[in-house]
Amino acid sequence: MSTPYSPRKGTALGQVRGLGSAKEGAHHWWMQRVTAFGNLFLILWLVISLLRLPGLDYDTVRSWVQSPLVAVPLILIVVNTFSHFRMGLQVVIEDYQHDEARIIALAILHIWTFGAGGLALFSILKIAFTGTPTI
Amino acid sequence: VRRRERDQSLDARKPTTPTVGVIGFVWWLTALATGRESYDWFMNWATWWPFWIVPIGLSLAFFQHMSTGVRHFVLDVGAGYELRTNKRGAVVTMVVAVTLTLAMWGYIAWRTFA
Repeated sequence: MSTPYSPRKGTALGQVRGLGSAKEGAHHWWMQRVTAFGNLFLILWLVISLLRLPGLDYDTVRSWVQSPLVAVPLILIVVNTFSHFRMGLQVVIEDYQHDEARIIALAILHIWTFGAGGLALFSILKIAFTGTPTI
Repeated sequence: VRRRERDQSLDARKPTTPTVGVIGFVWWLTALATGRESYDWFMNWATWWPFWIVPIGLSLAFFQHMSTGVRHFVLDVGAGYELRTNKRGAVVTMVVAVTLTLAMWGYIAWRTFA
């Protein structure tokens, strides 16, 4: 296992002692809580709404998504839940992957989340902008 | 200094289930945006009975994640660290998750077959 370059000598603890906090340590933790709070309402709304639909066939679901009151929460799910997903998996990777594998895994996670999110956003907007809502 | 490796098999945070959930959500939406044919193809596979383990497993994982998350909020404000209370909280999350999963699929079964 290689030791990262550091101008300071000594143990890992000795190298950082006296530097103070990085001033951003709590941000990731806090955003995880904020997005979790949003998810609590967004995903419960999604589950209950789908259960209340008369069916899950193409026409029913499509006209449902065409309503702004559905398209907007779906967009919020893509932004909020996908952020939560990305942050959560980032922590798992940081806990278990070391060396080069960590960099590659974090890069894959990033393009995967943003790629899937972009695809989902485009799909929602395409449905919402090309049709008349019936609900 | 050699880092002591942690055993991931003991960690409750597993990346597989949320990844399957994201794939299902995005696939469902893109199929819906593509057209009737691709949506019907997706729904036929998604509701095929040998694959029921996927939506049922996803719903159980979601409800467990949700109730554990709410418990986490309580612990984050500094409450519930007495051993007995803490253990009861952990058991409650599992009871809530299983109950909500059974209620949801019971409702779906009643709507579908009754």
